[in-house]
Amino acid sequence: MSNAIGSSPQIRVSVQFEDFNLGDEYQEIKNRDQGQGAVVTFSGLVRDNNLGKNVKGLFLEHYPAMTQKCLIDICEQACKRWELAAVSVIHRVGELSLNEQIVFVGVSAKHRKSAFEGCEFIMDYLKTQAPFWKKERFADGEAWVDAKQSDQHAANKW
Amino acid sequence: MKVVFFGKLREQVGTSVIDVIETPENIEGLLKVLKSKGDNWRQAFDDNDVLIAVNQTLCDSSQMLSFNDEVAFFPPVTGG
Repeated sequence: MSNAIGSSPQIRVSVQFEDFNLGDEYQEIKNRDQGQGAVVTFSGLVRDNNLGKNVKGLFLEHYPAMTQKCLIDICEQACKRWELAAVSVIHRVGELSLNEQIVFVGVSAKHRKSAFEGCEFIMDYLKTQAPFWKKERFADGEAWVDAKQSDQHAANKW
Repeated sequence: MKVVFFGKLREQVGTSVIDVIETPENIEGLLKVLKSKGDNWRQAFDDNDVLIAVNQTLCDSSQMLSFNDEVAFFPPVTGG
């Protein structure tokens, strides 16, 4: 993971243009704090269709001065709520094509429930708090993506 | 005071950063200054949900300001 920073060895966050390798990230989490019983990973991809329009790709803008700080803060909140051993978040920015990887969240924990919940919490908070904006590219133009109420509801449930 | 804009809002106001020489007392005051800059500015802030961050932390429009703050305005976020 390039440009990875965190407030502790437990948390690693990276905002980057480059793609990531899911296998490498899994191994890194598995090996960072050994003796855990569970690793849960999530990866988000560029979907082919949004609100009935065919998506060819998207542009991801962010607020560089705030993004890493915000992601670290979300990971720290997750570590306070669940006993997580290792946490990684990678979010890509710039131009991305259909089916490319956008985001990765991986966590390890002693037991699966903490790992599942910690991972989901981080994604739900990332979707509603981290300063990223998507602009979708279509064959006939482009449009900024509107925030979804369902994402806010997902974050509120925690 | 540095004021930055992102996403759709950045396109509507036509710039990503401006310098505000006289620091308003709070965000409400800053919004008055920004909306007076032209129709596109007024519409950008009146027609959309706008989130506010001061020194990279989300806050509301009652937030007090000082001259060396960095204020950011942006639409609800859509990452992930």
